[in-house]
Amino acid sequence: MTEELRRLGRLLLAPSVALLFVWMIVPLAMTIYFSTLHYDLLNPGAGGFVGLENYEYFLTDPAFLASLRNTLVLVGSVLAITIIVGTLVALLLDQAVVGRSIVRLMVIAPFFVMPTVSALVWKNLLMHPVSGLFAFIATSLGLVPIDWFTDLPLLAIILIVSWQWLPFAALILLTALQSLDEEQKEAAEMDGAPALSRFFYITLPHLARPITVVILIETIFLLTVFAEIFVTTGGGPGLATTNIAFLIYSQALIQFDVGTASAGGLVAVVIANIVAFFLVRIVGRNLDA
Amino acid sequence: MARQVSPTRTWATTVAAWIVGLLIFFPILWMVLASFKTELEAFSVPPSFLFFHWTTENYAAVQGRSDYVHHAVNSVIIAGGSTLIALLIAIPAAWSMAFAPTRRTRDILLWMLSTKMMPPVGVLVPIYLLYRNFGLLDSRAGLVLVLCLGNLPIVIWMLFTYFKEIPKDILEAARMDGATVGRELIYVLTPMAVPGIASTLLLNVILAWNEAFWTLNLSTSEAAPLTVFIASYSSPEGLFWARLSAASTLAIAPILVLGWFSQRQLVRGLTFGAVK
Repeated sequence: MTEELRRLGRLLLAPSVALLFVWMIVPLAMTIYFSTLHYDLLNPGAGGFVGLENYEYFLTDPAFLASLRNTLVLVGSVLAITIIVGTLVALLLDQAVVGRSIVRLMVIAPFFVMPTVSALVWKNLLMHPVSGLFAFIATSLGLVPIDWFTDLPLLAIILIVSWQWLPFAALILLTALQSLDEEQKEAAEMDGAPALSRFFYITLPHLARPITVVILIETIFLLTVFAEIFVTTGGGPGLATTNIAFLIYSQALIQFDVGTASAGGLVAVVIANIVAFFLVRIVGRNLDA
Repeated sequence: MARQVSPTRTWATTVAAWIVGLLIFFPILWMVLASFKTELEAFSVPPSFLFFHWTTENYAAVQGRSDYVHHAVNSVIIAGGSTLIALLIAIPAAWSMAFAPTRRTRDILLWMLSTKMMPPVGVLVPIYLLYRNFGLLDSRAGLVLVLCLGNLPIVIWMLFTYFKEIPKDILEAARMDGATVGRELIYVLTPMAVPGIASTLLLNVILAWNEAFWTLNLSTSEAAPLTVFIASYSSPEGLFWARLSAASTLAIAPILVLGWFSQRQLVRGLTFGAVK
């Protein structure tokens, strides 16, 4: 490679690197700085350095523990639902299906619906305790309709978010399944291996990597679920559906407590970085292959 | 696909797959149906499935609210603008890393990926305050900027994975013939890269159109795209289901069509090439 080419390469790369660097460093540095201040937007005069007090306040606030718990329940449940159901859907679509491409389109559609639309359609048209479709189904079956957003608010959010992310898991796992060597499957079938053991000894090991990728990528997005909570419950009732992202938002833009919100923001960054560390390693390994 | 499958089994899997597909698609279908009902019928118990008085009055009502068009235009400008600017910045970078790689290219790529993993809420406070001080709150330029930077890593990564698949021999042949880098870029690479660039564009327009963290937090009315407009239906006094459904259908229809076209590229784009 010529020196000229190398120089050109650096020149062309520079704007992206510079922009991403600024985009990452400046706000992060500001967050760290704000997190050490007593900084109240409603009372701008009363500023000052307070050290780690904001962190202490944020981490010992009962709302933090509640929202951490909600975040973990939300992320864990959505992951479990989307991976298990997604694997089943992918296995089904990998079979001989007449009109598979149309079914594929229907399965993938929810992924393209904007979060505010899916949340409001589910909340009103489906989950409304009187006029929602679920209530109608429950009454028809002689059951008492569930008042989702009063009695099971977190489960309601989990269902909405799972619906949005199921297509992602199903599509990626289907893509992976289709790359599984057809001959290998056939050979196992000829050997008379029962379907279940074929699944556990051939298919599942093949899916291990794509499943890991789905888990990591979904986790990154699920840790910061926001719009679905914003338009349905507003974090309530009480703190029942407040996750870390929503807690930080409400501290910043509802209570105007910049210092504490910044400390919370850094806690969120740290949590996300733990996940990101593993994802980057997996993607990096693939880059070498 | 040469495997022989018995007709009975094909029947069973086909029926099962269609049921699953329809179930997953159902909320969207139900919303589209509700958009053609009157407000009274949309709310009625028991619900009517197909035998209701079909009407397009909700669409007229939504269009009639002059602000719907305003927000739709905002969505187009913000999603399109942020994607085009990101592409302009990313194409040279991806070209550089794919065709003039150095020892540090791998680390730079992974670092770029890691910037995408920073949770937006972690920098909500500084971005909000900066925007307030620079008068960028509720401005289209502000949203274009934040979405452009937010999606830049994905754009670079997608382009990189496409560029890397272009055979290097062709470039070397062109170089032997004495083509300059500029000519090589325009006459040799660009035609081969167009499909990759197109699918990158498509996927990122979709992501930007549906983005609902920054748009909800940084815009209220003037620059608000459709995500924010739809969110305004969440207030208790705004519970017009049929109208909500009509507005929602209009808001997702273009992106659903684009999305269906780009579904093959979706996997590679969203997994950063880790699953192909």
